[in-house]
Amino acid sequence: MSHLGYMFAGYTVVIIGLLLYVRRMVSRLREVDEELHELRRRLGEAGPHR
Amino acid sequence: MRGMEWFGALASAALVAVLYVALLVAPEAVGEGAVQRILYIHAPSAFAAYGCIFVAAGASAVYLWKRSPAADRLAASAAEVGVLMCTFVLVTGSIWGRARWNAWWTPDPRLTLMLILWAIYVSYVLLRAFGGDDEEIAPYAAVVAIAGVLAIPAIRVSSRLMRGIHPSVIAPRDGGTGLADPYMRLALWGGAVAMLLVAAWLVTVRTRLERVEREVRAVRRAADAAEGVV
Repeated sequence: MSHLGYMFAGYTVVIIGLLLYVRRMVSRLREVDEELHELRRRLGEAGPHR
Repeated sequence: MRGMEWFGALASAALVAVLYVALLVAPEAVGEGAVQRILYIHAPSAFAAYGCIFVAAGASAVYLWKRSPAADRLAASAAEVGVLMCTFVLVTGSIWGRARWNAWWTPDPRLTLMLILWAIYVSYVLLRAFGGDDEEIAPYAAVVAIAGVLAIPAIRVSSRLMRGIHPSVIAPRDGGTGLADPYMRLALWGGAVAMLLVAAWLVTVRTRLERVEREVRAVRRAADAAEGVV
């Protein structure tokens, strides 16, 4: 690998790492959102019987 | 969330601007080759890592003192982003070392202490992820975060007291001049500001996500209890 290749490898690792971390946070946000809907549904179903 | 989006856009724009200066504007250091430009992402990642870890340790101390859940959430988030930044430091340093020293790793005191810092904070993140209930694990995690931060002054002291081969560009030893060109300094210090902004944005978003996740877990426990689920 040339020195230019090493340089691009270094920058690519950081940029890809940052993008993957942001993507992971977005997917966790979606999971939390889905769980909230599930909880609302459960609480809504439980409500009238109590 | 509008403020968060603006903050994220500002941090991203700063990073793109600095990448432009680092890759296309700053002149190549004589005799170093293109790989020298890794410095402009390696050192800023180190500043961001130190910043995150200081925040994690400070917030952990506040948690131990006041038992503030907000401080605990901040510590957990800053530690996670700190691990990410430490990983960037180690990987970019390793790539630079392969190009310059023909070795991915060398047992230099500064490199070894950085690896120890990374390992301590990885153990912190694993403890938070798999240690069990947030409230039970928080005091132990706080102690790990505070103990781990001591590696940062050790890294600084080791670079002054122990003979290593890690280059000292920012505080040149042995009569070195550091970065002579103003665009090189702009790439380095602008990069530091940009990476600190990116890290601050990630910590802020992660802290909010942590708060919502904990609230959802608490509601789920309450719902399970109400339905008689063990």
